[in-house]
Amino acid sequence: MDFLYSILIDPFVQMVELPDFLLQVLWEGFVAGVLYALIALGFVLIFKASGVFNFAQGIMVVFAGLTLVGLHEKGVPAYLALILTIGVMGLLALAVERFVMRPLVNQPDIILLMSTIGLTYFLIGFGEFIFGGEPKQMITEELGLPTGSTAFEIGDGGLLILQHIDVAAAVIAIIMVGMLAIFFNKTRIGRALRAVADDHQAALSVGISLNQIWAIVWFAAGIVALTTGIMWGARSDVSFALEIIALKALPVLILGGFTSIPGAIVGGLIIGIGEKIGEIYWGPLVGGGIESWLAYMIALIFLLFRPQGLFGERIIERV
Amino acid sequence: MLYRESGQYKTSYDADQAIFPIREDRIGIAIILAVAVFVIPWFSSDFLLSSIMIPFLILALATIGLNVLTGYAGQLSLGTGAFMGVGAYACYKLTTIFPDVNIVVHILLSGIFSAGIGIVFGLPSLRIKGLYLAVTTLAAQFFLEWCFIRIPWLYNYNASGAIEVPERRGFGDLIVTGPAASPITRYYIVLAIVIVLTLLVKNIVRGRIGRQWMMIRDMDIAAELIGVRPLWAKLSAFAVSSYLAGVSGAMFVFFYLGAAEPSAFAIALSFQILFMTILGGLGSLVGSFFGAAFIWALPIVLRTGLPAIGVNVGAEVVFHVAQMVVGALIILFLIVEPHGLARLWSLGKEKLRVWPFPYA
Repeated sequence: MDFLYSILIDPFVQMVELPDFLLQVLWEGFVAGVLYALIALGFVLIFKASGVFNFAQGIMVVFAGLTLVGLHEKGVPAYLALILTIGVMGLLALAVERFVMRPLVNQPDIILLMSTIGLTYFLIGFGEFIFGGEPKQMITEELGLPTGSTAFEIGDGGLLILQHIDVAAAVIAIIMVGMLAIFFNKTRIGRALRAVADDHQAALSVGISLNQIWAIVWFAAGIVALTTGIMWGARSDVSFALEIIALKALPVLILGGFTSIPGAIVGGLIIGIGEKIGEIYWGPLVGGGIESWLAYMIALIFLLFRPQGLFGERIIERV
Repeated sequence: MLYRESGQYKTSYDADQAIFPIREDRIGIAIILAVAVFVIPWFSSDFLLSSIMIPFLILALATIGLNVLTGYAGQLSLGTGAFMGVGAYACYKLTTIFPDVNIVVHILLSGIFSAGIGIVFGLPSLRIKGLYLAVTTLAAQFFLEWCFIRIPWLYNYNASGAIEVPERRGFGDLIVTGPAASPITRYYIVLAIVIVLTLLVKNIVRGRIGRQWMMIRDMDIAAELIGVRPLWAKLSAFAVSSYLAGVSGAMFVFFYLGAAEPSAFAIALSFQILFMTILGGLGSLVGSFFGAAFIWALPIVLRTGLPAIGVNVGAEVVFHVAQMVVGALIILFLIVEPHGLARLWSLGKEKLRVWPFPYA
């Protein structure tokens, strides 16, 4: 009975008793969720346009962040380094298209997935070879991003502390999603992208170049990766540990659906907030640290009831 | 000339269904076994035995385990490392509770625990497949890793949180595990377990169960129509695969590492095994050995080979370069030869068969 009470009732009592703490937890979860959503967004972009589940998105985040910081360390001014990093991500996109995607066209999904795992390994080795393995400090101030924090008073003496960088991350994420939505729906290239996503052969037959589209999509994913790298790097360090966090994008995508941009956002927020709440209020019951697997379990349970995700197309094969 | 089956007539079904129907294959296997049993232990250093041969054999067994699941039954798994961990922890608990039983018995039993856990996490595979299944195995990976850290009972409330292999004697008064065990003893035990289990798996995959796995892999709906029960086929694949992973995990700790923290079974290990499976060749047992040998030996070869040709670099650089090479090779293999090293091997045999002519 005590155990049931501590699982079913006590966490909610705690939430009601300390509403400011609850808000703080929600905010933390929201920020983590925005970053998950950004990583998931990179996945969705590539998945939509080529049907490839890009395992390397996580390492692309790290790679972009490291390139930016590494260039700055070499004495390149921050904004120039940013532009150069965008250039590097463009080169990476071209290289991936030329040496990985093009030779593997029309292969089964699982082969493509594994090729991106290979790409992940290559980029990890390459990144560590060039930049070294130790974590680096993100150049937050040099890029003109806000630092510091603001405290709000809530109710009777409760405090809600917002880091400025988190607010900036949320705003930038929203702007980016809006730009992507416009890009996908209003521009010529965006329409071509959607055509490719729908049917490769039909797109080819009306004169859309698959190779060009893929390069563009990987470049867009690279830009998303760079943004994620900056935002995440500003919160902690830029290090290869990020790569594991990127795996969290998988449950996010299961929740949101593999092909939906709004799904990636909503899924990311649900996972981020659910994880934090679970960790703070239910985690202590089992010894804490459940953050590492809670997201996957949420996704697992979700899969049983709605395998296509919240916004996904109903394409899953039932066995 | 060297490798030709013409003239070898089979006069009974038994002969036709033998594991190695071709005489040259039998001779080749006998030579390899003889080398593994007699030549390697006596003519190689302790270093070669304990840092190359023993881990190679153990990882080959884990690769066979993943190959059963991914290569034969077509279910992608990213949780092999955690299943290996289950085997290791189960073996550790078993030998703590029953210290007098021979450790080899414990190692073989510990696979059963990981098979049980594997079946539980295989249950979602009845409804989903592909990427979605990868997520459930990832859930297994992270959840089990968390268990290894957070359940102190598993590591006997050890202050360091790691499991340390106790000294165990067996087979007369031979020291089998622990720091005092000689590499030759450990090598022989690992070799024996790997040979026996490989033979067992070889027979499973060419028998009824293995054919069912392959039918499920190739087309699950057609298999179901023919009368294969997907439930049994998939869960048995999960069970056999996790059993092998568990046994190899137990051996990994007891005969190679000597002590292990939970991080030894992190997702990096799962990926390493997955790479061995892909590079070796999906759906091939001999490929599993090739893949394991290749991935395990590559960093060692680079480490010793680069200074030999005059390139002097630090150990860390070699590690990174090895990682880059592995990543690039995986992509290259997927492009050029999706069936892996095993396919190259069989191509070589084809060439030998028609030699000296280009075709027959």
